[in-house]
Amino acid sequence: MLRIPCPHCGERDYTEFRYGGDASKTRPAHADRDLRAWHDHVFVFSNPRGPHREYWQHVLGCRQWLILERDTATNAVGTARLARDGAGA
Amino acid sequence: MTERYSALALARHALTGAPWPRAWRRADPRAHYDVVIIGGGGHGLATAYYLAKNHHVNRVAVLERAVIGSGNVGRNTTLVRSNYQLDGNTQFFEHSLRLWEGLSHELNFNVMLSQRGQVVLAHGPSQLDVLARKGNVMRLNGIDAELLDRGEVERLLPYLDFSAQSRFPIYGGLLQRRAGTVRHDAVAWGYARAADELGVDIIENCEVTGFLRDHDRVIGVETTRGRIGADRTAISVAGHTSQVAALAGLRVPVESHLLQAFVTEPIKPFVDHVISFGAELFYLSQSDKGGLVFGGHIDGFNSYTQRGQFPQVQTVAECAVALIPSISRLRLLRHWAGIQDMTPDGSPFIGRTPLRDLYLNGGWCYQGFKATPAAGWCFAHTIAHGEVHPLIEHFSLERFLDGNGYDEYGLGLWTYRQ
Ligand SMILES: Cc1cc2nc3c(=O)[nH]c(=O)nc-3n(C[C@H](O)[C@H](O)[C@H](O)COP(=O)(O)OP(=O)(O)OC[C@H]3O[C@@H](n4cnc5c(N)ncnc54)[C@H](O)[C@@H]3O)c2cc1C
Ligand SMILES: [Zn+2]
Repeated sequence: MLRIPCPHCGERDYTEFRYGGDASKTRPAHADRDLRAWHDHVFVFSNPRGPHREYWQHVLGCRQWLILERDTATNAVGTARLARDGAGA
Repeated sequence: MTERYSALALARHALTGAPWPRAWRRADPRAHYDVVIIGGGGHGLATAYYLAKNHHVNRVAVLERAVIGSGNVGRNTTLVRSNYQLDGNTQFFEHSLRLWEGLSHELNFNVMLSQRGQVVLAHGPSQLDVLARKGNVMRLNGIDAELLDRGEVERLLPYLDFSAQSRFPIYGGLLQRRAGTVRHDAVAWGYARAADELGVDIIENCEVTGFLRDHDRVIGVETTRGRIGADRTAISVAGHTSQVAALAGLRVPVESHLLQAFVTEPIKPFVDHVISFGAELFYLSQSDKGGLVFGGHIDGFNSYTQRGQFPQVQTVAECAVALIPSISRLRLLRHWAGIQDMTPDGSPFIGRTPLRDLYLNGGWCYQGFKATPAAGWCFAHTIAHGEVHPLIEHFSLERFLDGNGYDEYGLGLWTYRQ
């Protein structure tokens, strides 16, 4: 079972969380009119086999959005931080 | 020369004890091919076969980094059907089912197509309306479909939960009698053997590690067994689509998730059809060995571990018992996972790429096995002529840029994540 170390609640089963996907993307500026840039932001993923930074929301706990480091080749989990601390970029 | 398989050959070998010859040669890579196909799954092998058979492109290599059949073609739940309702999908998947119907003869290899029929269940009146609409679309396209009411489902599948306290009462269902199952390993081996006979080199233990480029043209690949030149190169690597595309500098709308499958201990013949639950993504059939084969949802986060998470085992077991209470004491014998290439709208990408002479087939989500013959057929046409086959025009890599997401179930994008 994948276990996620929530900074507030401690280590919990992943089923308490909602998966939010790749956290390494940067949203284009609001005024950006380049369709390709928006397309890539919304639809394209690096989808790496290896280290991955990703969003999880602790919906059945503190309800905070977290950014978790996980290796997609092994599911080994690193640290989780609060997403609102601006770790997204 | 490949020996033809037949009842006579079987008797001859049984009586004389003569060993069967290898089904395909152990080929070493040549310096150059007309077409190099990356990935020896069902799709890569079918593409090679149809390139040689339909288009007489004979200098073809299939490069497989492990052994053929070790990917999803040998891990899936073997369901084939053509009950699709979006124009384009309907015709594509029916083309595939028709190819399945002739495949054992075509390949001289028994793929054990078993057209036992598939029933998709409705657990409410609106769900039955949706199935009626789908059935009408199918029939307008000349595809068999029968709408069943509750009583008809009960006569066909009396062991489902028809009790007053059933959690998801059954309102009816849609039956496609020509749907069924195929022995998945035989598909890999059958296409490999038939392609080999037409001169295709099947090169196992050969991983593609890079692309050879001449500006925006792809002119071959780097592999763990050296450089191989190619007039045209085709990617067909299912769960590893992102990795191989990245080697060519392409980023694609694909995420790799785990999908598990499950087999119970064997029991006597009991489930004669393929049955799809309507209240969750869950379906089952019974294998020839007697085990019940269960399929469900992906695990819910991207991963390449090929090892499923336990909560999905639990969900699938709950679905099974909700549908057929009498199997509650059956034990699961095995479960395994495949790396599945998920796309935002649940539809694949098959056709050209922004690079010249590089073609892509991937993103098949839950539906790549039943698509194998038609995908190989259409992809081979596309590669041979440099022009996208009409049956796969709607599967373009650029469709989201044009606002043309292709969402068969009308669920919206990324519903696979929920
Ligand atoms: C559990 C499960 C159940 C499923 N059930 C069904 C079903 O009932 N019906 C249905 O229609 N579909 C089903 N599917 C989906 C279907 O199995 C896949 O969509 C389909 O098999 C993918 O195409 P393929 O056979 O070519 O893939 P694969 O067999 O995975 O072939 C891809 C190959 O590429 C190779 N490869 C990867 N990287 C490289 C590289 N760098 N160099 C060389 N080779 C490489 C891999 O080793 C692999 O052998 C299921 C999938 C799973 C996992
Ligand atoms: Zn928490």
